[in-house]
Amino acid sequence: MVQISRKYDIYHLQGPPQVLTFVSFMARQGETTTRLTCYHCGEDCTEEVYYVDEKPFCCFGCKTVYGILADNDLCAYYELESAPGKNRRDAVETSKYEILDRPDIRARFVTFEDARQMHMRFYLPHMHCSSCIWLLENLHTLHPAVAQARVDFRRKEITIIAAREEISVREVASLLDTIGYEPYLSLQDMEKKDDGSVNRGRLIRMAVAGFCFGNIMLFSAPEYLAGGAMGETSLRLLFQYLSLLFSLPVFFYCADEFYISSWKSLRKGFLHIDVPIALAIIITFVRSLYTVFVEGSGGYFDSMSGIVFFMLLGRYFQDRTYKMVSFTRDYKSYFPLSATKLEDGKEEAVAVTELQKGDTYIVRNNELIPADSILIRGQARIDYSFVTGEAEPVEKSIGELIYAGGRQRGSHLELRVIKEVSQSYLTQLWNQSGNRQKQDEESRTMVQLLSKHFSLIVLILSVMAFIFWLFMDPSRSLDALVTPMIIACPCALLLSATFTNGNAIARLGKAGLYLRNAGVIEKLTRVSVIVFDKTGTITPSRHTRIEYEGTPLQSEERSLLSSLVHESSHPYSRAIATWCGTGKLQPVRHFREIAGSGIEGEIGHTKVRLMRAPDERQGTVFLVNGEELGMFRFSAEVYPGMFALTGRLRREYPIYLLSGDSDRDKPVMDQLFDGNHQRYYCQPEDKRRFIEELQKSGEVVMMVGDGLNDAGALMQSDVGVAVTDDIHSFTPASDLIMEVQGIGQTDRLLRYAAAARKVIIWSFVISLIYNVAGLWFALQGLLQPVIAAILMPLSTITIVLFTTGLTSLFSRRLLRPVAGSDPE
Amino acid sequence: MSVIFLLIGCSLLLAIIFLFIFIRSAKRGQFDDDYTPSVRILFDDVPPRKSNHLKSKH
Repeated sequence: MVQISRKYDIYHLQGPPQVLTFVSFMARQGETTTRLTCYHCGEDCTEEVYYVDEKPFCCFGCKTVYGILADNDLCAYYELESAPGKNRRDAVETSKYEILDRPDIRARFVTFEDARQMHMRFYLPHMHCSSCIWLLENLHTLHPAVAQARVDFRRKEITIIAAREEISVREVASLLDTIGYEPYLSLQDMEKKDDGSVNRGRLIRMAVAGFCFGNIMLFSAPEYLAGGAMGETSLRLLFQYLSLLFSLPVFFYCADEFYISSWKSLRKGFLHIDVPIALAIIITFVRSLYTVFVEGSGGYFDSMSGIVFFMLLGRYFQDRTYKMVSFTRDYKSYFPLSATKLEDGKEEAVAVTELQKGDTYIVRNNELIPADSILIRGQARIDYSFVTGEAEPVEKSIGELIYAGGRQRGSHLELRVIKEVSQSYLTQLWNQSGNRQKQDEESRTMVQLLSKHFSLIVLILSVMAFIFWLFMDPSRSLDALVTPMIIACPCALLLSATFTNGNAIARLGKAGLYLRNAGVIEKLTRVSVIVFDKTGTITPSRHTRIEYEGTPLQSEERSLLSSLVHESSHPYSRAIATWCGTGKLQPVRHFREIAGSGIEGEIGHTKVRLMRAPDERQGTVFLVNGEELGMFRFSAEVYPGMFALTGRLRREYPIYLLSGDSDRDKPVMDQLFDGNHQRYYCQPEDKRRFIEELQKSGEVVMMVGDGLNDAGALMQSDVGVAVTDDIHSFTPASDLIMEVQGIGQTDRLLRYAAAARKVIIWSFVISLIYNVAGLWFALQGLLQPVIAAILMPLSTITIVLFTTGLTSLFSRRLLRPVAGSDPE
Repeated sequence: MSVIFLLIGCSLLLAIIFLFIFIRSAKRGQFDDDYTPSVRILFDDVPPRKSNHLKSKH
């Protein structure tokens, strides 16, 4: 009965309170009903269904959001896209925004303020479609103090201008939360303040380089056409000096990032990919200055600015793809920003980093435990699914230790900190092997190795040729030094990788696969073993499939069962409740929940019991007055496409299953994995160690798991693939982020990576042929630098067309785009 | 033939003006968001429901 009264709810938001009256049905009449999907979030309505205006909602939260929007004539939200909302079942209490009242934290979000108004910016991870833009930009309809709201869709940011005296930052944040856009507050926001100036800088550099390149090309054209023997001397001089003038901004301004990164890498003692480029730019520039001022002929400013422009262009496209997903977050973005500290009976919002050992704090329903703590008060039901993968909450009693990373389900708790945030279990897990991997990423990729040696060889060769011709025929010597540098400029080689990878990453992004960097493609081709996590990767974490065998239940028995399970909040009970459908609920007396065994109670004069099968059968038996009527089996539903996927993968790779869960799903998993390739009851550390052992035996391991609970294993593996429902809300430090819908494409991903590698190799071969042929003539001092400068951009253009064309062709053949993965 | 010097000067001046305009607009953030405006323009205006004193200032 408690549940019913909760549904008749009064809410109001700005303006006269209004009572929404509506009828709530229990949707399921018996077992065979059609699937209902929530009007707000589009998820299946599995438990109770709420109806407003004849529209179904899966939970109270979704319904509330609809109510607010309906009330403010904002229902166009649902017309632009169907079911655009975010599921509100796990909504956190808005008390967490109290931290925004603290001046130092408030200042992180306020970008500008004066006496009258303030501008603030929030990151809204859920923003994902045009409906979102429409609703958020109409925020002023919901609150009179909001003057304007502007959305930057790609960055998922909203900038709000509001009257300073009439609304606080906290109120704005709660307002966004009430309509289903939870602002992202975490320690990350406290550390960085990025206003996009980096990108603007690159755009301007690109524009300047392109402008100069184009003009210099025009000025150089007569020289090429007339073969260096232009009649009009004054005109030729003018063109020379104009080219020089235009090359200055390119050399000193546009190319600065190459100098900076090569200088940094040289100081650290390794050859970065930018070193040969910087060298080529500098040598070409200096050589051109020499020809202009000493020899009095045209320089190679066109090829120099061409190198810079094309390199910047390639990087710009790579960057755009990276903007889609942010990989750089660490465990801190998973932890909440604030905690409610309890001091002398008073509640105070503090930043989690301020929690000290011995502090008492409050954790509310659905909030995360930020630090290892001891339970002081309250009924703890901790969901450790992020840590262990086990979906069922664990009960803890007063005085027990609760590890960080769990999520409380139920009433609020009082906890005492015993270890501060940065020392906790998760933090340790996270930091274990993260650093090592990032370093070798820099040096190990095939492209860099090749180009490093290549540029070294070219340098040595040209210096040797220079010395040789100095003695044999001094007039050829300078040409022999510089022409190889220009013609064998590694930029065609480098571009082949940049453009192939850039385009491949973009194509993969359209298929719901987001790579951390280009090096991942390379690593994917070397994978020899694939390891899967179970919960959240192969099976959805929320739904369990239920099977009943035994005497068919009559409506009376069904009602008994239904009444009994409604008393319990255990996931199995909830699953059985759903299975029972709706029926008359009867009062249960002497209800008892026996931990680890089952539940029992009396209904009327009937003793009803639901308990774990006493014999070796795996299941839960239903007993009425001591007599067994039947048994329920629970098994996980498997994501669609998994059977086909593992079937395909097994032919080529050994595949393993690691699960933090119990082995109750083994029968299903046996159809997916070999019997001895499955491990259950794994702690995160066990998973990490398992991968480490595979690596010791020489395997290159790809781990497919969900974000944080497998963080250690993902870090340890050579390619860590994080599978997630929502690529924008939770992106931990993995190599690749995969949307759940994309998981069936794992094998395609591997094949595509192999194809991309082949494209790189082929284009390498093509540019090598260019280079070797060019070098052959150049080293003999037969080639004029002007001809070399024509060949250089020509080879670059061939390479660019070749790589982008082939990667697009392969993606069309191999990858299937995922709906909604990209707004374009 | 000497008129070509004038022509080159004019065309360069023109090109530089355009470059300068581009840089200015890039610095002001015109190219920061190249997606949202394309969606925004398709939305119908919502008729104002209640008087909003602040909105009129913008």
